[in-house]
Amino acid sequence: MNTHPTAGELVAAVSAFLERIAPMLPPREAFMARVAQNALGIVGREIAQGPAAEADARARLAELLGHEGAVEALNAELCKALREGDFDADSPGLLETLKSITLARLAVDQPDYRWRGEAGGPTRTSAQEST
Amino acid sequence: MDDLAAALSRLAPQLAPGGTGIEGLVQLSGGASLQTFAFSVTTAEGPVPLILRRRPNPGAQSATAVPLATEAALIAAAGARGAPVAELIRLAEPDDGLGEALIVRRVEGETLGRRIVRHERFVAVRPTLAAQCGRILRTIHDTPPPEGVRLATSDAHGELDRYEAAYRATGAERPVLELALRHLRRHAPAPVEPRLLHGDFRTGNLMVDPEHGVAAVLDWELAHIGDPAEDLGWLCVNSWRFGAADRPVGGFGDYDALLEGYGDPSMTRERIRYWQMLGSLKWGVMCLMMFTGGASGEAALERHVIGRRVSETEIDILALLEEAR
Repeated sequence: MNTHPTAGELVAAVSAFLERIAPMLPPREAFMARVAQNALGIVGREIAQGPAAEADARARLAELLGHEGAVEALNAELCKALREGDFDADSPGLLETLKSITLARLAVDQPDYRWRGEAGGPTRTSAQEST
Repeated sequence: MDDLAAALSRLAPQLAPGGTGIEGLVQLSGGASLQTFAFSVTTAEGPVPLILRRRPNPGAQSATAVPLATEAALIAAAGARGAPVAELIRLAEPDDGLGEALIVRRVEGETLGRRIVRHERFVAVRPTLAAQCGRILRTIHDTPPPEGVRLATSDAHGELDRYEAAYRATGAERPVLELALRHLRRHAPAPVEPRLLHGDFRTGNLMVDPEHGVAAVLDWELAHIGDPAEDLGWLCVNSWRFGAADRPVGGFGDYDALLEGYGDPSMTRERIRYWQMLGSLKWGVMCLMMFTGGASGEAALERHVIGRRVSETEIDILALLEEAR
């Protein structure tokens, strides 16, 4: 049973507060309140999705490189291999692995970011268009 | 700000015929490197709206930015060739009391990318913008660099050297950026005759009028000499489409319209796409530098959120690599 607010719930509550006060602030502070809301959004998504995304990244990197390891070590090893030309865009599985890891990161950083090749995705409403 | 208002008031007669003073001075944007103010000169015929751009600390200029005197010379030169620019009113002299500064006419229109690519006010003009941008870029690229102006020259390898060094200096390890660096080096384009480039020609730096399209090309501080495809590619970077990812040119048009407007058969979609990927890489490295720039406290807030935009450049690079495969 949940007897205390989760970190995600606290983040959502602070974000709702910023949403309400932003229109009352001078332009520069209102802008920064929006930036702060944006930052809290990232925090909330990272709390919810971060651990699974990191576990998935670790597993995919291990499969690509052919051995186990910590995610930081595997990532560093892949960077070195790319610098030295041991992998390139034509290497089997490379782009798929990087895309999967990047999409998981993007889902935390900017879930609304639209990019080429994306299937579907929500379209903006006319109300949002007129802001 | 009071000192600034006083200095501008003294200059008023030289900024507009019959100028008696100034009114409505407000700061529009400002960082350590460059501040922008709006104000009007008071005359018997009514206020004359102007823009002041000013570098508060001469040392705070980034390595790639040109002095405001150079910006002024480029605005005048490109404007004389027919590129839409905010007309240069005055390059500040030491006695003006403004420091390093220039004053241009205030052009009406919209610069916010999100509005330009989405708002219904721009529905009619949007389909014409890509060809218009092509024509404007051709005009800029055909402009001989003004006499006595010093501009850096850079090609693809030069840009990759600069941004690879900046990336390494952050200490970050990002596989997609490593892959892009190596891919772009291996596929670097053959050298072309270098031209005058705007250097930051993108949605957000274009003043757009709902009826007439691009009314002025702003922010010339990254101008340099290089491959003209660099300017076209930068305009197509997905980060400047403001959500309209299906309209590759600035979030408002397509490659064919841009190329048609540019009107040079040696300019190709492949050349644009190369520089588009290099543009995403550059923006990715810039975001990383925001992230790792050592900011703390409240000043860190905006920089850290921008730092989280690295992943957008990585998905854009991967999409381009997938298409090229």
